[in-house]
Amino acid sequence: MAGPDVSGDLKRTPLYDLHIELGARMVPFAGYEMPVQYPSGIMNEHLHTRAAAGLFDVSHMGQAILHGPDHETTARALEALVPSNMMELGRGKQRYTVLLNGEGGIVDDLMVTRPLSQDRDGQLLLVVNAARKDVDYPLLKAGLPENIRLEILEDRALIAVQGPEAVAVVAAHAPAAADLGFMSGDFMEFDGIACHIARAGYTGEDGVEMSVPAGTAEAIARALLADERVKPVGLGARDSLRLEAGLCLYGHDLDETTSPVEGAITFAMQKRRREEGGFPGADRIQAELRDGPGRLRVGLKLEGRAPAREGAEIRLPGGPVVGTVTSGGFAPTLGAPIAMGYVAAEHSAVGTKLDLVVRGKDLPAEVVDMPFVPNRYYRKPKTA
Amino acid sequence: MTTYYSKDHEWISVDGDTATIGITGYAQEQLGDVVYVELPEVGKALSKGDEAAVVESVKAASEVYAAVGGEVVEANDALVDEPAKVNDDPEGAAWFIKVKLADAGELEDLMDAAAYKAYVDTL
Repeated sequence: MAGPDVSGDLKRTPLYDLHIELGARMVPFAGYEMPVQYPSGIMNEHLHTRAAAGLFDVSHMGQAILHGPDHETTARALEALVPSNMMELGRGKQRYTVLLNGEGGIVDDLMVTRPLSQDRDGQLLLVVNAARKDVDYPLLKAGLPENIRLEILEDRALIAVQGPEAVAVVAAHAPAAADLGFMSGDFMEFDGIACHIARAGYTGEDGVEMSVPAGTAEAIARALLADERVKPVGLGARDSLRLEAGLCLYGHDLDETTSPVEGAITFAMQKRRREEGGFPGADRIQAELRDGPGRLRVGLKLEGRAPAREGAEIRLPGGPVVGTVTSGGFAPTLGAPIAMGYVAAEHSAVGTKLDLVVRGKDLPAEVVDMPFVPNRYYRKPKTA
Repeated sequence: MTTYYSKDHEWISVDGDTATIGITGYAQEQLGDVVYVELPEVGKALSKGDEAAVVESVKAASEVYAAVGGEVVEANDALVDEPAKVNDDPEGAAWFIKVKLADAGELEDLMDAAAYKAYVDTL
């Protein structure tokens, strides 16, 4: 997670009072006072999300809309800044992508949704990281042509509900949510309140992220928490859940020096974009696709019980340093420590034995496939 | 037997020249779910302020410093296999180490239960 904000001028989300009422421990995060955990603790919150449903306040994240004359024009403009295929993104579909700098480094990772409704043709809905709003928005404004307008939504909250029971809970208030496929979204009513709900998340579980008017956020959160299957979950468990799911945290596992190839997120680069280029840093990224990157993000499973944290050196057993841990901790679902980090590409194969240096000791570890815990994203049944 | 407390949220229970050291209920609450404990070897000589043990929660690692100096005469290895004991019974079964006090005078810098409670109330 990003370091504490030291400005002393922390913002609050529309759910701040509810967090306090629920007994949350609040911490500074990306300029906001956010709940790191509730009284039940990170372990319980984590396991409850995997077993039933967790409610996460992610209102600190940046929500914005690109407005253009039609989908092709808006998508083409965004494609100049990201390496994903936005032109062929279907109506109501969501896609993970990254903003790139001129050297092919990742400025931020974000979610882009093309609205389902024809009335919103030419719009793309964006959700960016809280700590990167001040970088992303100027970059978008400078990089988009005059016929594309960036509307920053300051009056929306973002509530994630994640876990195997999440969609059933939400569908009791917003029945249309049950019809969404994974990585799809639509505008719909939640108890009569106009929201945008997308079937996506950051935990590896089925679930939704709901963009709601700020003034209604508390009522919506209370309605969801009234269901006994739902418990509030803080940033602590959000971090351990996403780590188990093998998902990157910007500023830790991705930064302005790492490319999508090094970051092992080439799934965000569809075929046409890989071949055609036409995004910032295409020379480097296409060369890495062709020749392989110098370093690669890998999953690491430790043999013992001691966790390795961000910053721990990765060495060949008894040999030189070949990389660094970028996220690490204890995986509650596995009951064991896991980590991810960057290693020299020649040592990135699954099964490679590596040592992680913690407090001067070499902890034996092995490169493993990610996710560490299998995804349980929703797959729509095929209709006969 | 007298129990002392440090500003680093350790308790030190003294019986003769043996001090049993653990972390307080306040400390375990701040840490959250403990998932890993690393203890010193028996026989290790600790000076006051040395890193004596490591305790890790899901979220972060914290050092436990020796509130008093002395030779480690026993380590509570049960914590290594069951770190969650630190959350369940921090001021009882989940003691960390026993040391043979090098200098009983070091106890004078510590707080009694009432002073520690007053200290925690200011945090």
